[in-house]
Amino acid sequence: MSHQISLALGISEDDLLNCMQCGFCLSVCPTYKIIPKETATPRGRIALMKAVQDGGLVTKDITESLDLCLGCRACEVACPSGVQYGTMLEHAKEVITEQTNFSAPVKAVRWLFLKQLLPYPKRMKWIRGGIRIYQKSGLQKIARKSGILKTLPWHMGAFEAVLPEVAPFRAKLPKRVEPNAKTNKPTVAFFSGCIQDTVFHETNVSTMKLLEAAGFPIVTPEDQTCCGAVHAHAGEVDLAKDLAKKNIEMLERSGASYLVNNQGGCGAMLKEYDKLLADDPVWAERAKAFVKKVKDINEILAEIDELPKLYPMNVRVTYQDSCHLTNVQKVTLQPRKLIQSIPGIEYVEMVGAGTCCGSAGTYNIVHYDESMQILDAKMINVINTQAEIVVVANPGCQMQMRMGVQRAGLEGKVRVMHIADLLAEAARLK
Amino acid sequence: MIDPQVKQRLVEIVGENWVLDQPEELVAYSYDSTPMYQELPDIVVLPKTTEEVAKVMRIAYEYGIPVIPRGSATNLSGGTVPLKGGLVLALNRMNQILEIDEENLTATVQPGVITQELHQTVEAKGLFYPPDPGSLRISTIGGNIAENAGGLRGLKYGVTKDYVIALEAVLPNGDILHTGGKLAKDVAGYDLTKLLIGSEGTLAVITKATLKLLPLPETKRTMLAIFKDLTDAARAVSKIIANKIIPVTLEFMDNGTINVVEDYVKIGLPRDVEAILLMEQDGSKDQVDRDIEKMAEICRQEQAVSVQVASTAKEAEQLMTARRMALSALARLKPTTILEDATVPRSELAPMVETIKNVAKKYNLMICTFGHAGDGNLHPTCLTDVRNADEIKRVEKAFDEIYEKTIELGGTITGEHGVGIAKAGYLEWKVGKSGIEVMKGIKKAFDPKGILNPGKLFTDQPRKRVVIQS
Ligand SMILES: Cc1cc2nc3c(=O)[nH]c(=O)nc-3n(C[C@H](O)[C@H](O)[C@H](O)COP(=O)(O)OP(=O)(O)OC[C@H]3O[C@@H](n4cnc5c(N)ncnc54)[C@H](O)[C@@H]3O)c2cc1C
Ligand code: SF4
Ligand code: SF4
Repeated sequence: MSHQISLALGISEDDLLNCMQCGFCLSVCPTYKIIPKETATPRGRIALMKAVQDGGLVTKDITESLDLCLGCRACEVACPSGVQYGTMLEHAKEVITEQTNFSAPVKAVRWLFLKQLLPYPKRMKWIRGGIRIYQKSGLQKIARKSGILKTLPWHMGAFEAVLPEVAPFRAKLPKRVEPNAKTNKPTVAFFSGCIQDTVFHETNVSTMKLLEAAGFPIVTPEDQTCCGAVHAHAGEVDLAKDLAKKNIEMLERSGASYLVNNQGGCGAMLKEYDKLLADDPVWAERAKAFVKKVKDINEILAEIDELPKLYPMNVRVTYQDSCHLTNVQKVTLQPRKLIQSIPGIEYVEMVGAGTCCGSAGTYNIVHYDESMQILDAKMINVINTQAEIVVVANPGCQMQMRMGVQRAGLEGKVRVMHIADLLAEAARLK
Repeated sequence: MIDPQVKQRLVEIVGENWVLDQPEELVAYSYDSTPMYQELPDIVVLPKTTEEVAKVMRIAYEYGIPVIPRGSATNLSGGTVPLKGGLVLALNRMNQILEIDEENLTATVQPGVITQELHQTVEAKGLFYPPDPGSLRISTIGGNIAENAGGLRGLKYGVTKDYVIALEAVLPNGDILHTGGKLAKDVAGYDLTKLLIGSEGTLAVITKATLKLLPLPETKRTMLAIFKDLTDAARAVSKIIANKIIPVTLEFMDNGTINVVEDYVKIGLPRDVEAILLMEQDGSKDQVDRDIEKMAEICRQEQAVSVQVASTAKEAEQLMTARRMALSALARLKPTTILEDATVPRSELAPMVETIKNVAKKYNLMICTFGHAGDGNLHPTCLTDVRNADEIKRVEKAFDEIYEKTIELGGTITGEHGVGIAKAGYLEWKVGKSGIEVMKGIKKAFDPKGILNPGKLFTDQPRKRVVIQS
């Protein structure tokens, strides 16, 4: 850790003063639920940022408290004063990253993931290919038997255990899909997402089939890149901005009316490109136009009222909100409506469905123990619903909930499904 | 700086995880919900049991270290700001509901239980704990008791003190005190339970409380009446009570508040009126219907421009939400929100609101007023900016004048938020010299070394409201 000292984070003073310390946000913060200390609350984190700003603390003092934050932004919704917590957090992270002298291995991992892999869909495919070989060649069996997985850093073994069978290297989304019947529906561009397409390629296939069945002409632009959310949350805001510009150009070139995605986290990032580029004279307006076109799959499907025919499924289902879909995109009713439009489904609302599952980008890797505490508490609520399917709307939540099911010993009893997969199954599209 | 030996002993009591002294940890315990007061503690301790609290107090007593009990720090009087440094005793980990006794209708809880959690738990059993401060989502029962918190249901059901029947508390020297019991009647000696209620963490640390519960009322209904003229609204309040109707809630919002709340919640409140009264009644269905109708009639007689009775629970909840959000919505407007707590006899409501309006004009300040009209408890709230030193001086003067008038009208300096630091200067106004002397005597009996929450309630500079620290 660096010992360089900074006296200010450069967050606007007005933003910081907006917090009246009323404490309303404490009641919704998942980290405060597991760590009963003021440093684990939104109010505390804001006070710390303010103290750095005022010169009362140095930047590195507050890193631990900020790192423990999931970035779920539930506090922002609860805050009556309209405090822009997400923006302040991102800003603080950027400054902290600038001043941190990461150790060599951390540097290497950051460089590899943030700069060399995530922005390149083709390279992400190589990863998928690698996982596929590992899963299919018998290597996985040997590794699991040998116990070597337990020795991996960052609890990778735990994640390995819940990795779904990934699609083959060659699997590819169609570049263009024209609906059968003539339609006056606008063309949509599909945003496939880097992690989503690596680990849950099937979900992307389902999503495209649903859009097709709903009558949308679809394009999958090859020049799309990572949304930049992981970069922004890791403090690499400049990188995130570069990626944003590439995606804006991509959508402009595609000529599509909407950019549809099925990842709550990425969607939130895409919808905040206007904030990200607000100070950029060249890009601010283009970002605003872009943001208006971004739609989550739940939004677009729930709004058209023209779903493909859904066949009955006689199961009990519950839904786990994605924080960024809920707190940033404010999409909460649509997924519930869609699930309940499947005949025969018994929908049960889970207590605390809207609180974070603890996945939160790379949080479950970096803060494994805290993340699992949050998850285990969530699983009690899942079990109480007695649902056989937990529906999710974001790849991170999907992995995390799979882990939760395994930890609760519910494998084979409870399935975790992305809403697109559930609907595609009900429509018999897969 | 705390003596390393003391720290070591504290660690031995509560464990390493629960003794905090890093710079950022100290900053996080340097404030509460009161604007403009901040001071660092030397150390923070988070005990889990009464025994641990007792042991911590014994050490503090031995070394003469100030101890500041703390719930969720949502108080609005600076009560948890470690004015003289020392040890913040955060009670959030003592958060168990120990017993719900359906035979005696009581709940026994630890001090760190969140008010709303208690509500939900007892309501699931068809029971009712009435005190409901606007901060109930996060305030603790310990904090509610120490501040004698009120709430929106105060008119009919009273305040926290009306529901506390027994307490366990740790005295400054570490001894454990038990007061009251699960008794409907008990007159043995001084009422120490009542003495600890509202003591603002200056007499003892509350570690357990037994609370009285009621059966959950069968139904409730909500209505909203809008008045062009303030005096009409005030007359309606008096007339409702004079007609022997005691609604659960009788809340007031002035024009400024109405506009801000509407900006925030957008539920269609009119913007050009002087007062809104929000009323709620609960009880048996017949009684509620009768009372609501009668209240509606009275409001119409008193020239209400509109009277609206919520037809669904959802609509009612929306109306109530508007009131609950009042303070917080005001906070959106300006960086600094100074909320006061002037209380007058119900009959003096209109002159009081009028005075506040005039004082605001005189000092060129934005002051919005809302509050519990039925209790005569008003919250004139000044929207300002700490960075504007000149304006803050005017705020001070304005509140001095407002409080002078409050006392003149037979009112008090705080209806529910407590004295803390913010009102310490006014306390003598209200209770007089002999009042202060008796209170100081009581303080001495409990806390001879003066280590519990020093600097609160009593001040060396009476009268002046100290807003800015140097
Ligand atoms: C938005 C908002 C709305 C509010 N609405 C209302 C309202 O409607 N009515 C109302 O009355 N108040 C209201 N308040 C004020 C505040 O919420 C109450 O005073 C509440 O009771 C404080 O609870 P707390 O747990 O936050 O206590 P804290 O703020 O942590 O502590 C308050 C005082 O109690 C002492 N204390 C805390 N715990 C203990 C203990 N276990 N033993 C001994 N002393 C202790 C502290 O030292 C301090 O002096 C509001 C505050 C806000 C921010
Ligand atoms: S709810 Fe908003 S104003 Fe209140 S403490 Fe949290 S961030 Fe600050
Ligand atoms: S973003 Fe989530 S975890 Fe972070 S402070 Fe807000 S509520 Fe807590």
